[in-house]
Amino acid sequence: MNSPLPLTSPRIIEIRKNILKQNDEIAHALRSRFEEAEVFVVNLVSSPGSGKTAFLECTLTRLRSKFHVAALVGDLATENDANRLARAQVPVRQIITGTVCHLEAAMIENALTDWDLAGLDFLFIENVGNLVCPASYDLGENLRAVLMSVTEGEDKPLKYPTIVNSADVAIVTKTDLADAVEFDWPTAVKNIQAVRPGLEILRVSSKSGTGMDDWLRFITSRRRDVVEHLVCPP
Amino acid sequence: MHELSIAMSILDMAEEEAGRRSAEVDAIHVKLGVLSGVVKEALLSAYDLAREETPLMDARLLIEEVPVLIFCPRCQAPRSVPSIQQLCCKDCETPASEVLQGRELLVVALELRS
Repeated sequence: MNSPLPLTSPRIIEIRKNILKQNDEIAHALRSRFEEAEVFVVNLVSSPGSGKTAFLECTLTRLRSKFHVAALVGDLATENDANRLARAQVPVRQIITGTVCHLEAAMIENALTDWDLAGLDFLFIENVGNLVCPASYDLGENLRAVLMSVTEGEDKPLKYPTIVNSADVAIVTKTDLADAVEFDWPTAVKNIQAVRPGLEILRVSSKSGTGMDDWLRFITSRRRDVVEHLVCPP
Repeated sequence: MHELSIAMSILDMAEEEAGRRSAEVDAIHVKLGVLSGVVKEALLSAYDLAREETPLMDARLLIEEVPVLIFCPRCQAPRSVPSIQQLCCKDCETPASEVLQGRELLVVALELRS
């Protein structure tokens, strides 16, 4: 006679589920929405104080004569960034994350409620200043740009390889200060290329405007690729 | 410190799966890529906090770290890397940008008790 298995016997079940499944599903839905509206979305990530807001202000001001642009700005506590960016005279919304150290797709979805995306060409998302946590969260963006200022030193990419590895372009900011801080360009480039071989590197100064034209050419060409791909898929 | 929200997601997933099978969770098996952006030690301590006073307070968290594998364009094969600071082929040192493995953030299995 076969004895039944004891009820308390442990058993292993395989599930294989992505822990960030919920975020990824929302990001996926956002990406479809962005695609439909033909809006190119850029996620800006960096450590605090690397010049994201100044860079964004500069970008918005220069793009707005030719394109419809808008921005979402994540911050832990204040609305200072949004107030600063309001000077660029484009639509800006602040996302206050409270104690959360990164933006998640659901926060973007909430912030975009009632926003007519079809009228936009570019949407910029300024992530919370943090080089660790934002790496794991897809926001549905087309392009992830990691910013590093010359004042942070050349070894930043080696300290935060994960976020650099997840980026589509690296932007070295505050280049007007490079000489003053004796910034070692070859080492910086070598370090970026070590953690993400082939990553495009742009050099900008939001203060003097040096390098901004290259950046604008870069994103407008990326946007064109995406939009043309949508109009006539290969 | 996003490990706490990751730990809470793990608990939610495990609770849901166990609830569906009317079972209790003995252990949760997780695969964590070294390029996932989540640190093993931080996740373990966040998990200890998160499970307190939940139905899963006795469930263990077993983390398997997954090393990076890249596709080496020169060897034309998957290869490991010297470190995550150096994404190149460990054998021939050719830089490689195609990451095949190492970004995992997965719950792979549960040990259940009825």
